[in-house]
Amino acid sequence: MSGDNQIVFEDVSKFYGEVLGVNRVHLSIPPGITTLVGPNGSGKTTLMNLMTGLVRPTRGRIRVLGMSPNEPERLFRVLGYCTQFDSFPKGLTGYDFLYTTLRLHAKGRAEAHQLAMNALERVSMTEAAGRRIASYSKGMRQRIKLAQAICHQPSVLVLDEPLNGLDPMARAEAIALFRALAGEGLHVIISSHILHEVDRISDQVVLLSNGYVVAEGQIQAVRGEMHQEHPLQILVRCTQPGLLAARLFAQDHVAEVKMHNDRQGLLVSTRDPDLFYELLNQLVLEGTVEVSSVAPADDDVHSVYEYLIGTEGGAA
Amino acid sequence: MKAKLPWGLWRAQVLAILRLELKKNFARKRAIPVYLLAASPLALYAAHSIGYARGWNQCTGHEDLTDFARVFQLFVLRLAIFFSAVAVFMNLFRGEVLEKSLHYYFLAPVRREVLVVGKYLSALLVTCVLFGVSTALSYLMLLSHLSQTKSHALAGPAMAELPAYLGVTVLACVGYGAVFLILGLLFRNPIFPTVGVLIWESILVFLPSILKKFSVIFYLESLCPVKVPFHGGGAMFAISADPTPAYLAVPGLLCLTVAVMVLASLCIRRMEIRYGTE
Repeated sequence: MSGDNQIVFEDVSKFYGEVLGVNRVHLSIPPGITTLVGPNGSGKTTLMNLMTGLVRPTRGRIRVLGMSPNEPERLFRVLGYCTQFDSFPKGLTGYDFLYTTLRLHAKGRAEAHQLAMNALERVSMTEAAGRRIASYSKGMRQRIKLAQAICHQPSVLVLDEPLNGLDPMARAEAIALFRALAGEGLHVIISSHILHEVDRISDQVVLLSNGYVVAEGQIQAVRGEMHQEHPLQILVRCTQPGLLAARLFAQDHVAEVKMHNDRQGLLVSTRDPDLFYELLNQLVLEGTVEVSSVAPADDDVHSVYEYLIGTEGGAA
Repeated sequence: MKAKLPWGLWRAQVLAILRLELKKNFARKRAIPVYLLAASPLALYAAHSIGYARGWNQCTGHEDLTDFARVFQLFVLRLAIFFSAVAVFMNLFRGEVLEKSLHYYFLAPVRREVLVVGKYLSALLVTCVLFGVSTALSYLMLLSHLSQTKSHALAGPAMAELPAYLGVTVLACVGYGAVFLILGLLFRNPIFPTVGVLIWESILVFLPSILKKFSVIFYLESLCPVKVPFHGGGAMFAISADPTPAYLAVPGLLCLTVAVMVLASLCIRRMEIRYGTE
């Protein structure tokens, strides 16, 4: 894939005085939804601020679709950033906020109006557009920030904790919007600590801890690299679980087998899921067991996060 | 071949910044002290007019014109425009950092230099209009009395001095605006440098000629149509200096402004958004 279609970090470090922001980051982010996951202070916001030029790297080089973050006049034609700062220019209505942003993009009056209305509609804020932002609820402020980030129809969208403050309905709408935008070919980069929601929408994840990237890629691929250290748990609902357990104990790759409480299934820990599935298929074909369902139990972001980083740091 | 500069784009962006700045900065309670400072000479001359009308004051012709020059130099230039420039120009970027809203400008496809120019022009427009109108109306109030009294012969020539007062008002906004714009960018707590500038501008009369040139007020006073002699307790320590001719004073102030804009642009280009550490 061409580097001009990716967001690339080459050996990037950022120090705030003596405090580490991020260190020696090498990343290539392709189109789709990429989620930055990590506890508070792990470097998620620093990475986002670096790729948008709000802070400068102490070392290394960043390119966003082939552009340097030091060229805001080029970069922000194609990039929208919804920051975590819950502050706005004073005295503006939601509509003014978007309209003025678009005028700064040198859009004409009619086009700025049209784009502002489109963005307001996408975040379901049309009715409140004429009210001052100061009177908005936390969720509305979050949505108007989101509208500001998408109003100029960027091809890269950077969203720092975009689900914060949203009620469940608005959250579902926001997630649907992120999916739709990613479906249109955008790079959507999200930082979030709401892991189960992140898990549902991410094409790839970047796990951060103490300023370092500890893992990156598709979550299943990341999980696959951890099988030796943290065997994959697979829940098998079947008849004859005792018989299945006996066959599994004979396999080297099986680390542990637990009988389910209702004795209608097993929780199997394996270091080689491919061999496990091969064996299970064989047993089913032989008629030894009848399987009603098979599902990995710990190949989600939450589990990977716990294995790699632990639960401290406020991750939910 | 050299790429053509996008002047049309920059003009559109400067206008957008101007509109936004006027809306969010000058239609707010925070701007009230500036309006009051601009209105105070008007209030003074309105009271003066009432005094004339009721016969409480006597029109003294030349003395009235000198008094106006004194009020203009000592109050309008040294206090009203000085402190308005502190309030308006110093907060152009610093105020946004404190309110954590500067990043919205940094997230727009606007060159940082264009942002500096747009913000500076918005503040300049407001201060020039406010103090220009205030100076013009105050002066016209004074002249209306001169024309109605035995000093009416003075009114015509005095009227010719109004453009000079307006020009000095604009240059005061330009010069002090530039000084406080850069102080707001260079210092985390700009109160001390502001006090330093105030003291420097105040004691200038006692300083040797060469040091007088490192100030804004010296050039402004040089350009004023009526010279005001220094009176008061310290008069014996005052050092007089030849006024700088207009052909040097005006370009000098404009050059200072351009230099400050270049420095401000460099500061803004290097600025990072780290509100937590401000």
